[in-house]
Amino acid sequence: MNIRFYILRRIALVIPTLIGLSILTFSIARVVPGDPVGLAAGPQATEEIKAALRRELGLDQPLPVQYVNYMAGLFRGDWGESLYTRRPVIDALRAFWPATLELTTAAVIIATVLGVPAGVISAMYRNRLPDHVARILSLFFVSFPSFWLAMIFQTWFGLDLGWFPISKRLPVLVAPPAATTGLYLVDSLIQLDFETFLVSLRHLFIPALVLSFGAFASITRITRASMVEALEKDFVRMERAIGIPYRIIIFKYVLRNALIATITVISLNFGWLMAGAILIETIFDWPGLGLYAVKASLSLDFQPIMGIAILYGIVFSIVNILTDIVYGVLDPRIRYG
Amino acid sequence: MAELPSIQPEKRKSARSARWENFARGLYRFRSNTLSMLGLTMLIFILLVAIFAPIIAPYPEDAAGKTRVTARLQPPSEDFAFGTDKIGRDIFSRVVMGTGLALQVGTVIILLATTIGVTIGAISGYAGGWLDDLLMRITDIFLTVPALVLAIAMSAALGKGIINTMIGISLVWWPGFARLTRSLVLSLREEPFVEAAYGIGAGHMRIIFRHILPNAVSPIIIKMTTDFGFAVLTAAALGFIGLGAQPPTPEWGAMINDGRRFFPDEWWIATFPGLAIWLMVFSWNLIGDGLRDVLDPRSRR
Repeated sequence: MNIRFYILRRIALVIPTLIGLSILTFSIARVVPGDPVGLAAGPQATEEIKAALRRELGLDQPLPVQYVNYMAGLFRGDWGESLYTRRPVIDALRAFWPATLELTTAAVIIATVLGVPAGVISAMYRNRLPDHVARILSLFFVSFPSFWLAMIFQTWFGLDLGWFPISKRLPVLVAPPAATTGLYLVDSLIQLDFETFLVSLRHLFIPALVLSFGAFASITRITRASMVEALEKDFVRMERAIGIPYRIIIFKYVLRNALIATITVISLNFGWLMAGAILIETIFDWPGLGLYAVKASLSLDFQPIMGIAILYGIVFSIVNILTDIVYGVLDPRIRYG
Repeated sequence: MAELPSIQPEKRKSARSARWENFARGLYRFRSNTLSMLGLTMLIFILLVAIFAPIIAPYPEDAAGKTRVTARLQPPSEDFAFGTDKIGRDIFSRVVMGTGLALQVGTVIILLATTIGVTIGAISGYAGGWLDDLLMRITDIFLTVPALVLAIAMSAALGKGIINTMIGISLVWWPGFARLTRSLVLSLREEPFVEAAYGIGAGHMRIIFRHILPNAVSPIIIKMTTDFGFAVLTAAALGFIGLGAQPPTPEWGAMINDGRRFFPDEWWIATFPGLAIWLMVFSWNLIGDGLRDVLDPRSRR
């Protein structure tokens, strides 16, 4: 099967799931026992004002009609508007999404850079001291409530030691780089603005580090397990027999085999960390989707929550498809289909 | 004519005793694993704290929100081991009194999620066909979005409060169990003993509950144990956001949220509940890791 057909098929399979997701979030948003409209209209609002607001938002129509309207809107790029700010959800998502993407990607990179070598070392020193240390450390760190650790790190590294800024993506007085991607690190590089690059890197480091702890344990564990499995393959014995240095066997042959399983776990972690970012963002005042989601959920403002859930669903599906493509590149044996 | 050697009755072990022997062997391996024993010790300590909380806590009434205006924001001292919060409640008492709540939250979420997930997974894997497709597509929908995001939406929709948090998290936590159970059932379904049971006329229910599920228990227990800690973490996260337990409930996440405004000057308000969450999650993770070694020997060699 050729690869283009394979990718198209994967995308086609994702669409029913995303439609299902929109039905799910829509149902969640409509079973609310509270009265979001009454809450938004304020305590002084009369019944007529509330009724008018409901009519304006289309909430007086039967549920199936509301759903069809919502779906039609999604495809037109009209994702509804916030009950409170009256700002279109899609604009807010566009504005906040890059910050969350940057934070999550940085965290996944840190977790991979720390976790994969830890897994490799664990496998090489199986059941010896380095293996045990890596295992304890990864379980130790993954057990912290990330939002709590974020507060502690913010205080230690930001206030006490003063090594890193304590919040936001950039200092107030520094203008963000011209937006191409919305990722400050990428945009500042495009502009060849290395000063802004370094400043935003310093802002990013601690939040991303804390976020990465959530992924460290699973990446280490799967790397170790698949390395151990690969090390027992016949080709390793053969390569050792013909005198290929152990290091080369590990890094050139074994790791490549082991990485396939690791990549699945890394891509799953991308989704989990994207959710974890919600908590980290509230601590570091990071202007991403998390702050937006928390505010919306506390005020029963469901259009933004639905929008965020659907955006997360789309991104996660894309990451999964990309993962499958990377599989094919790493392991030509995998037949597409 | 020589007598045919008969099969010795004591050599024909029943499935039950074979399972028991496996269990005993597993228990031995678990006990020889220092880290899992450490986790178990920690968990027993946590259980004891939860059971004797009203005796251990010097001011058990603080859990219900009794105020002590004269002792607001006191740092840790002899009277208040973990200090006091903004209305003078003893943090130590509240952390201790919250232990049982955290255990309950984890237990309810994991039991509900396991029940839903195992049922759906077993039906899906056993029935196959369109029912399998339908159930798995529904499971996929839940798995397209990270659990925390759906849990936030669920809890917001159901309304604040610890009960709704538990329901909300359970409703998004089951798909992992469904996937796991389905894959186990799919492979067990093809085993000769299932075919044999079918051959002698056992009904579907009997085959599922007596022959398939007992053999799928180990991986499910491993997942229950490792998920327990993360379920507690998720509930605490919702409490921290403000969607979960509401004051004056001594829920650790909500207590951290409470202490956030005073951090780092009055660091003790948020620090101790955070350490309590860590201890709880760490103990479950150590146990889960050890169980994985014992029950699934392939995972650790």
